[in-house]
Amino acid sequence: MQSNAALEYDYSVAKLFTYTTILFGFLGMLIGTLIAAQLAFPELNYLMGEYGTFSRLRPLHTNIVVYGFTVSGVFATFYYSAQRVLKVSMAESKFLMFVGKLQFVLYVILALAMVVSLLMGFSSSKEYAEMEWPLDVLTVLVWVLWGVAMFGLIGIRREKSLYISLWYFIACFLGVAMLYLFNNMEVPTYLASGGLGNIMHSVSMYAGTNDALVQWWWGHNAVAFVFTVPIIAMIYYFLPKESGQAIYSYKLSLLSFWGLMFVYLWAGSHHLLWSTVPDWMQSMGSIFSVVLILPSWGSAINMLLTMKGEWNQLTENPLIKFMVLASTFYMLSTLEGPIQAIKSVNAIAHFTDWIPGHVHDGVLGWVAFMIMASLFHMAPRMYKREIYSKKLMEAQFWLQITAVVLYFTSMWIAGITQGMMWRAVDEYGNLMYSFIDTVAVLNPYYTIRALAGVLYLTGFLMFAYNMYKTMTISRKLEVEPQFRSPMA
Amino acid sequence: MFHWLEKNPFFFAVGVFVVIAFAGLIEILPNFAEASRPVVGLKPYTVLELAGKNIYKKDHCIACHSQLIRPFKAETDRYGQYSLSGEYAYDRPFLWGSKRTGPDLHRVGNYRTTDWHENHMWDPKSVVPQSIMPAYKHQFTNIADIETAYAEAVTVKNIFGTPYGDEFQPTKEAWEAYRPTVLAEAKAIADDMKNKDVKEAVANGQIPEIVAMIAYLNRLK
Repeated sequence: MQSNAALEYDYSVAKLFTYTTILFGFLGMLIGTLIAAQLAFPELNYLMGEYGTFSRLRPLHTNIVVYGFTVSGVFATFYYSAQRVLKVSMAESKFLMFVGKLQFVLYVILALAMVVSLLMGFSSSKEYAEMEWPLDVLTVLVWVLWGVAMFGLIGIRREKSLYISLWYFIACFLGVAMLYLFNNMEVPTYLASGGLGNIMHSVSMYAGTNDALVQWWWGHNAVAFVFTVPIIAMIYYFLPKESGQAIYSYKLSLLSFWGLMFVYLWAGSHHLLWSTVPDWMQSMGSIFSVVLILPSWGSAINMLLTMKGEWNQLTENPLIKFMVLASTFYMLSTLEGPIQAIKSVNAIAHFTDWIPGHVHDGVLGWVAFMIMASLFHMAPRMYKREIYSKKLMEAQFWLQITAVVLYFTSMWIAGITQGMMWRAVDEYGNLMYSFIDTVAVLNPYYTIRALAGVLYLTGFLMFAYNMYKTMTISRKLEVEPQFRSPMA
Repeated sequence: MFHWLEKNPFFFAVGVFVVIAFAGLIEILPNFAEASRPVVGLKPYTVLELAGKNIYKKDHCIACHSQLIRPFKAETDRYGQYSLSGEYAYDRPFLWGSKRTGPDLHRVGNYRTTDWHENHMWDPKSVVPQSIMPAYKHQFTNIADIETAYAEAVTVKNIFGTPYGDEFQPTKEAWEAYRPTVLAEAKAIADDMKNKDVKEAVANGQIPEIVAMIAYLNRLK
């Protein structure tokens, strides 16, 4: 290929993962909304017999959102942006194209197996690592294929310097690989007992407190390397691309990247405060959680300052609104997290609804917003059509913002209320409330949260519809838009 | 240096890996020998209890119930003695949970009975009128997978040295020989229950999930 000819990038793999992002996003949020409603209206537990209880569906919700929606979004944006920042097309290597497509096929098989096996109750009961061992093996395979595609593309790159987004994608690949492998070390009982019992069953390599340590080293850093690192990769690529603004500061990106890498892993033990884990580890977890504000806000501030002098775009382009709001929510949840990791606050917050409240500011406000914005940006370039409707996008934005605010405010109140009631004592030092009192009081907040779920899900359907129309009937584009995505 | 790293992906990746792996080495490894020691007198789970633990995992009770009593007066008043690391030495995986939509269960065996659990799992509202927990009626009809629980006991005995007796061997014959012991344990629980179908199943050599579940919950002390 001549060096001055424009490259024709190949988006076939990116498109495939775009479809699964939308599909699993809908499914994960639908189940999320259902289980939120079950807490307010317990009769909803009986829709599907033993497969429809809150407890059976909760891991399904988290796993579909993490491994279905978010990871699909990561793959889609990677296969889109990596080609562009490396200045090489997937079409140039038959091998990499094959790897990408194989990865997609195995990924879909894995995701379906995950849904079925979790519904059937095959679960290791380690949070966000519930999949049983045969699925873990398949996960490793999918992940390794992604690594091959990533380093393969890097190997044949024309642009010598790796762009910031790629730093984060590489970190996501390595971090998840290390954490997932160690946390899912398990012994299949069928193989170790001469063929007795169910082949799916396994026991963890670690017991009790050690298992807890490894699990939350994973659990917390799954948040780091799935919900944070690759999402930062997205915003570093898509915000400058959509706004036409250069990243505010290279030095700030360096500081935030290496800072985040170093600090994040220490913070895992903040999930185990006041537990049987040694005190010094709890303190380390607490301290590093607070230090973590620095690199987190570093990235977020770098994003916001990228818009310096161009804030008018916020009123003109709803996609910029999505991205700026995402980085704002990133700031909110990376401030809220450290607050909850302070030992005295954690004593009240732990085990309450404030924790899911915190997670959801992050995933609804930051992760999902950034993924949807990225896919919106990619659509006109991948399908060579303008975005179907700006009005719909605006409406979606405001609907989902309302949903997120309702979600976290109701869960803040619910969590702190419950935490305070658990410890309330009367003048003689006796507990004031029985446990069930602290459940009954939450009903209004659970109802508000369920409503928030319905609103957010509706917004997501608007997104899916807008994307579908963009792919199929929207006006065709002659030339690829350079910055701002065209929309009708 | 950073510019150089950005042009050399291999060294970049190595650098990232070292920086992220560092914390794990320092925080996790030193604890391994210390924390895995059982408290004095701790017995491994019986096969029936293990089967119950697996149902606890299958129905994912961990979504709403913790098994970790923190060292606060409000918690020890409500649930009993705060939890000790050595009490979990045979818990693979640990089941501390991260959310208390329902109460902690680490010592539920101290203050709830077989009868209470039977009523509660069949219809939570019958014992706790404001409860939002779903009924788990399917546990009264589903048959527990005892063989897998036996396989688990054999596995942890052979690989992790969990102190199970010599009768635990990785063969079909050993399992068949052990089966009556589990049935006898199940029968003792079924005798305290009133559900006719459950009693009948146990009499016929089948153990419904609820029996194993109650054995496990009674064990939590």
